[in-house]
Amino acid sequence: MAEKSQPSANYRTWPVILALTIVSLPLVLMYIYLFIDTITDKQPASLIPDSITFRHWSFLWQTPPGKPNIWLVTLNTLIFTASTTSVVLLVSSMAGYVLSRLNVPARGFFLAGVMVLHAFPSVTLIIAIFIVLQMVGLYNSLIGVILVKAAIDLPLGIWLMKGFYDVVPWEIEMAGVVDGASRFRVWRSLVLPQVRPAIMALALFSFLSGWGEFILPQVLAPSGRVQVLSVYLAGLIADDNNFNFGTFKAVGVFYVIPVLLLYGFFHKHLMNIYGGGSKG
Amino acid sequence: MRILLDNFSKSFGATKVIENMNLEVAHGEMLALLGPSGCGKSTTLFAVCGIHRPTGGRILFGDRDVTDLPSQARNVGVVFQSYALYPHMTVAENIGFPLKVKGMAPTETRKEVDRIAGLVQIGNLMGRRPSELSGGQQQRVALARALIRKPDVLLLDEPLANLDAKLRLEMRSEIRRIQQETGITAILVTHDQVEAMSMCDRIAIMKEGEIVQIATPAQMYNDPRTAFVASFLGNPPITFLHGVASKGAFSIPGSEIAVPLPVSVNAGEGARLLLGVRPEHYSPAGDVRVTGTVNFAETQGRENLYDVRLAGGPLLRSIQPARHDIKIGDEVSWAIDSRNVLVFDEDGRRL
Repeated sequence: MAEKSQPSANYRTWPVILALTIVSLPLVLMYIYLFIDTITDKQPASLIPDSITFRHWSFLWQTPPGKPNIWLVTLNTLIFTASTTSVVLLVSSMAGYVLSRLNVPARGFFLAGVMVLHAFPSVTLIIAIFIVLQMVGLYNSLIGVILVKAAIDLPLGIWLMKGFYDVVPWEIEMAGVVDGASRFRVWRSLVLPQVRPAIMALALFSFLSGWGEFILPQVLAPSGRVQVLSVYLAGLIADDNNFNFGTFKAVGVFYVIPVLLLYGFFHKHLMNIYGGGSKG
Repeated sequence: MRILLDNFSKSFGATKVIENMNLEVAHGEMLALLGPSGCGKSTTLFAVCGIHRPTGGRILFGDRDVTDLPSQARNVGVVFQSYALYPHMTVAENIGFPLKVKGMAPTETRKEVDRIAGLVQIGNLMGRRPSELSGGQQQRVALARALIRKPDVLLLDEPLANLDAKLRLEMRSEIRRIQQETGITAILVTHDQVEAMSMCDRIAIMKEGEIVQIATPAQMYNDPRTAFVASFLGNPPITFLHGVASKGAFSIPGSEIAVPLPVSVNAGEGARLLLGVRPEHYSPAGDVRVTGTVNFAETQGRENLYDVRLAGGPLLRSIQPARHDIKIGDEVSWAIDSRNVLVFDEDGRRL
């Protein structure tokens, strides 16, 4: 979007940028200070660091007693996030198409249902889900929490994809059908490419949402072997015996780096969700 | 291939769009479905290509009944009004898509694509995407994609509506040339009578889901069956005078106009009539003098167009070789050519 021809601004841009900079400066400074804090030591009650140290980052190469290995936790988080994203993408891209284009029975009911589910706060369901997972034996497993997370993210994804499919011209599908392609083929090779921006945006959105998810893994998969980073982080601060604020901050930075990278590279795609158009 | 619609009906829910329509398109013929918007011409087209299932009747390609066949199994080529090119594919991929779906080998597909691209003269654009093409070029690509499967019938849905005037002229003859070169049966849907008359062998004029008349363009122009047909064909359009039959002539009560009725017209004394006069039949050269005031004049270069308001309100239109002696407001006394008038009854049926 940004590299397309910009309308010549009829106001100066630097005052706007200056204002935004001033407003966001505290945030940026906090981040910088947080990072500096993780690689330095300082005297108690002082704000100025006096020596550089990497001991706060030692969790990367030595596992603290009573805690799972950080790399295992990172891998779990990655599996959790990637799986939920894949499920959400696969199901939304198909379900959205069906709800947008096919004359299925009870289509109105499904549309309304998706809307209602989207409005449902997941926390209210958590006790019921907990019981269900216990009964089917998926409690404390990655698969269980992946399925739950994907299910909770699906309504938004379906609704979003439906909106994008709605603006793909019917003629493209008609042309495809007349050209001899099956309906599935039309979807796969003619319609899906038209909603690529939506897929990108939804993938990113799901990934960030999965990466940041805390309450579901905390309740449904808290044990060491299947812990994700958010639960690990919460475990650090809840641990009264070896409370180590330096490590807590370092893990926080470690946790947020992938998110910052993704935002940096793909924020344009993410804006598509709010723009809602099919232009890339 | 011959196309036959036999008692074809289509309704959407409770709305009946087309009822019991019969239409035959001969092998290699190009037929225009002409009519105002909402008359069911696109519905008919979509039924022929299988996108709409008919609610009644049969559709035959040759002797094959295709009524219940899905689009994929019908072998039709369609050019959509918006062209419906696939935006993410290059021109070559667009044209080759129907063959790719068929499972043809890439090298063979390539050869076919090149051949058809030569026919529509876009060989130099093969690597481009639709967004990098002009309207006329997109039109050619759409045509190539429709033709590459060697379809039994080529369907054109308002193919020229999105082009500018000059391109429209060019593509009109271009589409006709390609249709004749390939010898393919074609149906053109349009609301533009000029397109229909200039491109097609026959015209089927439609109104409210019914075919009013099928004829060659010249027949239809000279011998329209209803006032609707007469008003739809011809540019500038025909004008109508309301009057009654009196002593073997058409007269407007309260004026002296009396146009002798052709002998073939059998109208009872005092019957209400509609007299259609085409602009070229109201000029200084006619035989029934009619006086009026020019209230609109348009210069078209080679010809001038005048609207003449007669005493009492009715309007006649005249087209004449360019002249400079007539201004708006002038009183003129031109004449109707009584041999070429079209006489209709009150309901618009030709007498």
